[in-house]
Amino acid sequence: MDFGLSDEQRLLQNTFSSYLTEQVPISRARAISEAMPPDVTALWRDLANLGASGVLIPQEYGGAGLTLLDAALIAQTLGQAVVPSPYLAAAVMAPTSFLEAGSPEQKHEWLPKIASGDIRMGVAATETYSIRENASVHLESGRLRGKALMALDATEAHALLVAAGSSDLLLVSPDAPGLHISPLIAVDRTRTLSEIVFDGVKPADSLGGPRGAGSAIERMLDAGRVILAAETVGACDAMLEQAVSYASQRRQFGRVIGSFQAVKHMCAEMAAELEPARSLFWYAAHAFDERLTDSPLTIAHAKTHISEAGVFIARTATEVHGGVGFTDEQNLHIWFKRIGVNRHLLGSPDVLRERAAKLQGWATCSTP
Amino acid sequence: MDLTYDADSERFRGELRDFILRHRDLAPKSQGVMGGRATREMLDWQKLLLERGYAARSIPRKYGGHGATPNLIEAIILGEEFARSGVSSGVSGPGVDMLVPTLLEHGSEEQKLRFVGPTLRGELSWCQGYSEPGSGSDLASLQTSGTSDGSDLIVNGQKVWTSSAHLADMMFALVRTEANTKRHVGISYVLIPMDSAGVEVHPLRTMTGASEFNQVYLSDVRVPQTNIVGQRGEGWQIAHTTLKHERQVAGNPTELEATLRSLITLMENETRNGVRAIDQSALRERLLDLQARVLSLKCHAMRLLTCDLRGESPGVAGLVVKLQACELMHQMAALALDAMGDLGILYHGSKYERAEGTWQSEYMTWIGFIIAGGTAQIQKNIIAERGLRLPREPRPEAGG
Repeated sequence: MDFGLSDEQRLLQNTFSSYLTEQVPISRARAISEAMPPDVTALWRDLANLGASGVLIPQEYGGAGLTLLDAALIAQTLGQAVVPSPYLAAAVMAPTSFLEAGSPEQKHEWLPKIASGDIRMGVAATETYSIRENASVHLESGRLRGKALMALDATEAHALLVAAGSSDLLLVSPDAPGLHISPLIAVDRTRTLSEIVFDGVKPADSLGGPRGAGSAIERMLDAGRVILAAETVGACDAMLEQAVSYASQRRQFGRVIGSFQAVKHMCAEMAAELEPARSLFWYAAHAFDERLTDSPLTIAHAKTHISEAGVFIARTATEVHGGVGFTDEQNLHIWFKRIGVNRHLLGSPDVLRERAAKLQGWATCSTP
Repeated sequence: MDLTYDADSERFRGELRDFILRHRDLAPKSQGVMGGRATREMLDWQKLLLERGYAARSIPRKYGGHGATPNLIEAIILGEEFARSGVSSGVSGPGVDMLVPTLLEHGSEEQKLRFVGPTLRGELSWCQGYSEPGSGSDLASLQTSGTSDGSDLIVNGQKVWTSSAHLADMMFALVRTEANTKRHVGISYVLIPMDSAGVEVHPLRTMTGASEFNQVYLSDVRVPQTNIVGQRGEGWQIAHTTLKHERQVAGNPTELEATLRSLITLMENETRNGVRAIDQSALRERLLDLQARVLSLKCHAMRLLTCDLRGESPGVAGLVVKLQACELMHQMAALALDAMGDLGILYHGSKYERAEGTWQSEYMTWIGFIIAGGTAQIQKNIIAERGLRLPREPRPEAGG
């Protein structure tokens, strides 16, 4: 019985934290994400060299062969430093799909290039759990038609993984005739989202063979949810730390404001929400790694609960800063927006509560 | 990360399950009043548990325990299995849960030999004399005094929120024994027999209708100085041991899970217009939120246990459990009442009353626990000051 991080895991986290603290201060994170289009190539090269791109990929394919918990610990540091990077799609969701449903040949062809960081994959799978604006992607006589919203990291991708319906997972070239990618501008600029229109696109390949890739799509989405939850915890760490530091320095009425209970209790409430949330994402990642039977329910709860804790901490930390927290210059809003966007990617709280209810056999509304 | 138990622990769990299964008919039906005098049934059950090492497992034999090497995993398994089976885990209350660990850490050999065994066996019951009418959250301002008279202390003052004082044989109390001292300095931890001359107990009825609390008046109560635990005047530090044990009692994830299961069962059975509560989306959303919180605190408890096993400090993570767990218990009871709707307001044995009014009573009781043992606001001060290192509230110099 041991529910804690190993020395190796702490070392992994420290390696990323140290690099990010030195090399990716908030000014650089902002400069990259505010460029049009954002260019993450140099940063991703460094992160790949540290092992981010191959974290989940087995050693035989050139990766580190670590667990989703390890990947989530890296994600926490990326959230803490609000790093713009294609980590979610390229390093977690795409490799998970190949590991779950790729043939030996497909793994051999793609995984080494993903592990080295030479190939970045984007992912389009939103419509498997949420249909908006009549979006949906379907396969007709071997051609993809329809559109996908909120595709992750697609604009700079070398290849795309596209879910069509709930059981087809296709590999598509971004240069394929009939495929149009257009960026969607989110409130959080550190994340690259797009709309992809498929006008009779011929996929390059498909995953899962004749049995389809339904369970691989589920695992891919669940892995992504854990990563988003971990990132949000990291972003909350940064916001709470800044709030406590500000409250310890800022003076009003002749005292530092952190000595007033009204302010002190806001900080205490943030810590009281954050620490159990951290324990929960560890468990969710572990449940995924061990394929525990309750892992889909655990992950739905973890993503939802951490999203709720996230918005509470994002607004409370901002309020602790008073007027300064509302300014652009203070940069707090970069974390605030990242937390707000993470909350809705790969399933908003209402979508995932619906899923949690369905997994327990309680009546639900319709899902796609 | 490894959530499996080793073979020894699994064997221990297996033997314990087998024991509970074979002997559950001998167990008393309810835990009884906290701190109250144990029934014959409870005394016999406790005797059996002590013999088998399923109570007081790691307390040395010479003090009446089973004498096993302290093993945190076994302690957790004991808590889990008794809670899971719904079978009494034996004598509980302030004596076993708070005084015994305090005596084992700070008591004299004579005190340990005299008090620990009878307390473990349920023959000696205890109440806690900390709070006073003028000293609640600001416990260190307490005024109950003890003056030396030869080998005795003469104690005068008033204690309040004294659970089960009317049923207790003894009280462990905080008494200001050193003249002209203020706050944390000069307080002693004193064991007072409740049948001493000058001890008067008045029941304090609470909002639930029960009278488990009391006010205790102490007028020239004579107590031998050998009943002081630890050094005279250093009772504040000793009381902290006791409070720590009380806070651990309040954050038990097994209890959270058991309450959640009862809540789900209730919501699967209560219907309005033929629709189950659990199928009504507004109620179900709240249930799912609470279910996630219970899961989160369960994981958190495993993390804190691991810190204990590894000898690591959990930091601020170790300070949030009482605040969150008590609030969560209260929220679960609040949802149960709403799921029962208008029938949920029935109480006092009314027709159509649900679950003997348990949820109404829990709803109120957990407000009590949110306040007891350090209010939610005091908990937040502790989290902010000890956990986040925010400055303490400036204290007026003239304050007493």
